[in-house]
Amino acid sequence: MPKIYGAVTINAERCKGCELCVIACPTKVLQLQPKEVNNKGYHYATVVNAEACIGCASCATVCPDACIEVYKVIEK
Amino acid sequence: MKQEDIICPENRVYAKPRLLNDNTMHYCPGCSHGVVHRIIAEILDEEGYADNTVGVAPVGCAVFAYKYIDVDWVEAAHGRAPALATAIKRLNPDRLVFTYQGDGDLAAIGTGETIHAANRAENITIIFINNGIYGMTGGQMAPTTLEGMKTATTPYGRRIDLNGYPLNISELLAKLDGTCYVTRQSVDTPAAVKKAKKAIAQAFANSMAGRGTSVVEILGTCASGWKMSPHDANLWMREHMGEHYQLGDLKNEVKQ
Amino acid sequence: MNQEVKLMKGNEAIAHAAIRYGVDGYFGYPITPQSEVLETLEAEMPWETTGMVVLQAESEIASINMVYGGAATGKAVMTSSSSPGISLMQEGISYLAASELPALIVNVMRGGPGLGTIHPSQSDYFQATKGGGHGDYHLIVLAPATVQEMADFVGLGFDLAFKYRTPAMILADGIVGQMMEKVVLPEPRPRRTEEEIARQCPWAATGHSHGRKPNVVTSLELDSALMEKNNERFQRTYREIEKNEVRYESYHTEDAEYLIVAFGTVARICLKAIEDARAEGIKVGLIRPITLWPFPYDAIAEASKTCKGILVTELNAGQMIEDVRLAVGRNMNVRHFGRMGGIVPNPSEILSALKKELIGE
Repeated sequence: MPKIYGAVTINAERCKGCELCVIACPTKVLQLQPKEVNNKGYHYATVVNAEACIGCASCATVCPDACIEVYKVIEK
Repeated sequence: MKQEDIICPENRVYAKPRLLNDNTMHYCPGCSHGVVHRIIAEILDEEGYADNTVGVAPVGCAVFAYKYIDVDWVEAAHGRAPALATAIKRLNPDRLVFTYQGDGDLAAIGTGETIHAANRAENITIIFINNGIYGMTGGQMAPTTLEGMKTATTPYGRRIDLNGYPLNISELLAKLDGTCYVTRQSVDTPAAVKKAKKAIAQAFANSMAGRGTSVVEILGTCASGWKMSPHDANLWMREHMGEHYQLGDLKNEVKQ
Repeated sequence: MNQEVKLMKGNEAIAHAAIRYGVDGYFGYPITPQSEVLETLEAEMPWETTGMVVLQAESEIASINMVYGGAATGKAVMTSSSSPGISLMQEGISYLAASELPALIVNVMRGGPGLGTIHPSQSDYFQATKGGGHGDYHLIVLAPATVQEMADFVGLGFDLAFKYRTPAMILADGIVGQMMEKVVLPEPRPRRTEEEIARQCPWAATGHSHGRKPNVVTSLELDSALMEKNNERFQRTYREIEKNEVRYESYHTEDAEYLIVAFGTVARICLKAIEDARAEGIKVGLIRPITLWPFPYDAIAEASKTCKGILVTELNAGQMIEDVRLAVGRNMNVRHFGRMGGIVPNPSEILSALKKELIGE
């Protein structure tokens, strides 16, 4: 069975904290920063469960502000 | 496998499209406009339209579309985008010409220009964002506002006896001989976004092939205008907007 | 030079001149008394020869916005209409001016207000010269008096529009639109190539952005400081136009004791009145403004120096008279004679008015 490793990076300054990525993620990788805000004053999205990421890009696909980059490795 | 080993350019499967620039979009958090802008920018780059496109921006929330997608743009007067696009395409027939319009722009003040451009089978793509409300001016009733829906100008809900019926303009456009492709999509889930992107790519291909007018309606959300969280707005859109405005192709005369 | 002289209506001359000038597109909607412009273009089928696009739009609003779209791509585009249709176009004309786009708009005036009459008038002078739509802007306004000038001003209008990046208007009265006269049409020339347009209009949203930053044509600027700067730039352009482009014709002003100021075909009727006056020993001269904006204030002020009074003759209730008064000040006796509702005065009426208003007979 090939094993899938995924990862995301988030442009926190572009993020408006809409939470759509958090909801779209099938493996609960993301969360909004509970305390910190970015320069715009938004609780931005952040990775809380990196190991669970499967690189499906669902988060990036629904992101209205194109804040998310997605990486994926398939290990045979 | 460590995060730093995964995060390297050769493993990147998704990044902000090149044609979507670094300007922060002025849209509210969770606004559908951002998603649609993003997929348009992706298609323009992926399909090789970057150096051959004129976009026509509306009046409404998307008035600044030209600030975010790096192609040539003309900012139209309210409702007149299809008239501009008509001339731009006829005078520059090898370009991809598309309009980007909201429900007020397209289905209220610009109904005449929209219907006549479509009826002339202008080889343009009309991207129509329907969120049932006037976002930019502060949430007033749109022609597509649902019955009972509260807006700044229907504070007790839209009443048919006072305000008439929600306008199914895409169904109307599908009836015209000049349209080749009329479809209604949404961008609320990853699967929906992928379908919407395919639809816009199809519409652009139609325009370049001279098949007539293509209309891609996107049921959007207006979390601020609807006074909901972005996620709740997505759910409400699917349940209520989607009930009145059925998703899917209304007309597709292009056999693939 | 062996030039071919043709007989045609002023409206037809506009259409033929447009094809020969190399206009890229015409967008219009039928309205009396200018429908022959579109009819002639459709009959000539220039898309088969020069490649000019001709389209009957669904309304004047669509027409002017098609012009706006076409002009934004650097193309030479035009429309024509008559008074009520021009009123409908005002928003689009304001956008053209604010986006600094060259374009040509032809108004073959009929009597108003409202639906008014289909008969000739000059009652859109204020609308044409003082702005017309919203915001601080001016159009270059050319007033033809002959069918020859109808033909010539198409090229002149476009040349000025492109030189200053501003829309120009031919403000014709219904008479010159409808009447037939001899005309020598301009020499045909090819439409500009894509490369020529890119060179002449580096600002144009042509869609071909190879190697340059995207071009955006917009009239929107929410930053007040920048919007004021935009306005200052428009005003600098208008001052340049005022300095360089005033055009008028004068007739017998050297020894004139009385002056008539009239534009368009009315000026030609006045010429006959002046001939009759001079036969009676009354020394009358004429100034015919050709550019209504910029207005020939200095020429009128200069010509009035030897005069005892000025009669402004128009097919309206008194519009250009305000500019004549601005030109000469309060000490000059400036009177108005006009007919309205589509009535055109004859020379003897004008002479009687001159005697009554200026000489006291």
